[in-house]
Amino acid sequence: MSDIAITVENLGKSYVIGHNSKEAERYIALRDVVTRNARNLLRSTRSMVKGDPIVQGDETEEFWALKEIDFEIRHGDKVGIIGRNGAGKSTLLKILSRITEPTTGRVTINGRLASLLEVGTGFHPELTGRENIFLNGAILGMSRREIQHKFDGIVDFAEVEKFLDTPVKRYSSGMYVRLAFAIASFLEPEILVVDEVLAVGDAQFQKKCLGKMEEAGRDGRTVIFVSHSMAMISNLCKTGIVLNSGRIDCHGPVSQAVVRYYQTLNRTGRATERGFSSDVAELLGCELVGSSKFNEASIFDAITIRMHYRILRAIDAKCVPNLHFFSADGSCAFVSNADAIREIPPGHYVADCQIPGGLLNEGAYFVGAAITTYPPNGTYHVEFFDRNALTFNVIDPMDERSNRYNYVGPIPGLLRPKLNWSVRNYSP
Amino acid sequence: MLIIEPGVTERHYWRELWRYRELFIVLAWRDISVRYKQTVIGLAWALIQPLATLVVFTIIFGSIAKLPSEGSAPYALMVFAGLLPWQLFASSLTGASGSLVGNANLISKVYFPRLIVPVATVAVSFVDFLISLVILAGLMAWYQFLPGWEVLTLPFFLLMAFLASLGPGLWLTALNVKYRDFRYVIPFVVQFGLYVSPVGFSSAAIPDEWRLWYSLNPLVGVVDGFRWAILGGQSQLFLPGFALSWAAIAAFLWLGIRRFRKMEKSFADLI
Repeated sequence: MSDIAITVENLGKSYVIGHNSKEAERYIALRDVVTRNARNLLRSTRSMVKGDPIVQGDETEEFWALKEIDFEIRHGDKVGIIGRNGAGKSTLLKILSRITEPTTGRVTINGRLASLLEVGTGFHPELTGRENIFLNGAILGMSRREIQHKFDGIVDFAEVEKFLDTPVKRYSSGMYVRLAFAIASFLEPEILVVDEVLAVGDAQFQKKCLGKMEEAGRDGRTVIFVSHSMAMISNLCKTGIVLNSGRIDCHGPVSQAVVRYYQTLNRTGRATERGFSSDVAELLGCELVGSSKFNEASIFDAITIRMHYRILRAIDAKCVPNLHFFSADGSCAFVSNADAIREIPPGHYVADCQIPGGLLNEGAYFVGAAITTYPPNGTYHVEFFDRNALTFNVIDPMDERSNRYNYVGPIPGLLRPKLNWSVRNYSP
Repeated sequence: MLIIEPGVTERHYWRELWRYRELFIVLAWRDISVRYKQTVIGLAWALIQPLATLVVFTIIFGSIAKLPSEGSAPYALMVFAGLLPWQLFASSLTGASGSLVGNANLISKVYFPRLIVPVATVAVSFVDFLISLVILAGLMAWYQFLPGWEVLTLPFFLLMAFLASLGPGLWLTALNVKYRDFRYVIPFVVQFGLYVSPVGFSSAAIPDEWRLWYSLNPLVGVVDGFRWAILGGQSQLFLPGFALSWAAIAAFLWLGIRRFRKMEKSFADLI
């Protein structure tokens, strides 16, 4: 058996969508309404005769939800698919899980694939918890014997043993979700396709689910995972695919993909368009000095973040630029601000912040840029704060300086500072 | 190794269907166990409907219109022998045609051979059929009517009724996903079919020159078969018509499965 789990070649999916023409909305005279409806009736009758689906609206248009998608996934890979709403993530998952058919291209799947696009699919409110375990299990593709075998585990995990014989319509929403997820998490296919399903339940249960997913990952299972939470993606996945308007924007290490995703988010509005300014100061942008297209830096190199801003009018206050560093999961790594700056005249300013090498961990960092003014009366005022001013990726070149020895896995932590160690022989 | 390509039907369609047999059983079991939940008289509903129809038909066709029965069999018994397959057909058709739309959440979230869903609803109608058999036994006891050896062939005609409802059922199911107009067509078909099929009367009442054409309605063969099996020697099978009904059933089945398979892959987009 080859080590390729999924091959996707030139995949595309188009839908026909309908619009209401603008004219039709403008005129509301009875005659226009009648002719419009008559025309629509004629069109839907014609499409029915031809066997085409009925599309609502006056005009139809072909819309490509996915286009020219090519990638390969190896056995044991954990791949995160990220992209904005409507980027085609769910369509891609639906094609992979055979729910819908592609319009062009081909997918080759090697191994037993199970998909989890929703937890609790097919739950029947009138049936009891016990009955729903069997129902949902069968829907997810488990055999009866398999479910019987895992039954106790599922009930334990969901913590619902007291309510096993209660119809699930009487469950609290939390119990419902726990039961649904418990069943799903006992699915053991070779390839698992998961849509944004972890965004449910309370935080503690989410953590438990995440643990279960990681466990699944350690078993060498192939996982394809869609989420809007970059934290989960970067925790669970090694590789990332960024979809943008139905096309692959980036396919690479997950930190690179996460950075790319944030860049596509930013592209729609430059700093000033989004209004990161006040009547005092205006953000012009942030950059990583001297970096490549992907804003990449090695963990050993000092990096310089450059912030461009404009002071619009002179005020009687200290004007301090500061940078906030966030990791991919949204937690703040640290904040740094410039040394005390006196009142300054209006103009274009550049603030450079140098981060020494051997401080950051590998992975994606997000930089928030702000200007805070401190008037002499003892108060302070935040002129602007752009939470996503810059994203950059720190990579570990994996050479002898990394002190990894034989370990190649991820090293946890927001930071990975190079500290001074001394190891002595203490034996007498 | 699985290859997904546009417009290619699976080579192992039937094998795939067999692999999903457990899901079929579970779905059928779900529909059955949910059917009479939160009702007071529960299963009795499955008895009331055919009984009421039986009484009305016996009075209208037997006592008022004075149509002839089959041989010397009591009129009520003859009506019920026709009502059995008709109920199976009507409830299968109604159930199947709404089944995919009713399970839209499954269709759009999970893969399985879609054929399972309408066929599973037919299984529910089958349970109602079994309950109606109890009424039949009661009627036979009431009229002190003893069936002949022919009653042993009943499973064969049951299969025939099943296939007769499956063909149009699958076709209408698939169409209903695409054009919801059929939601309004089906009750009409069922209502109309009750009168064009020989349920309330014997098909022997049809003039001879029309009888063969009449058998193009697949239900004619099914109902005649049921009467022959249940009423024993009292009913004669009109063999050319019976063969024609089988042909009509086969044609519908072929058409139904073909149309269903053709549209199956786009259900998730259309539903």
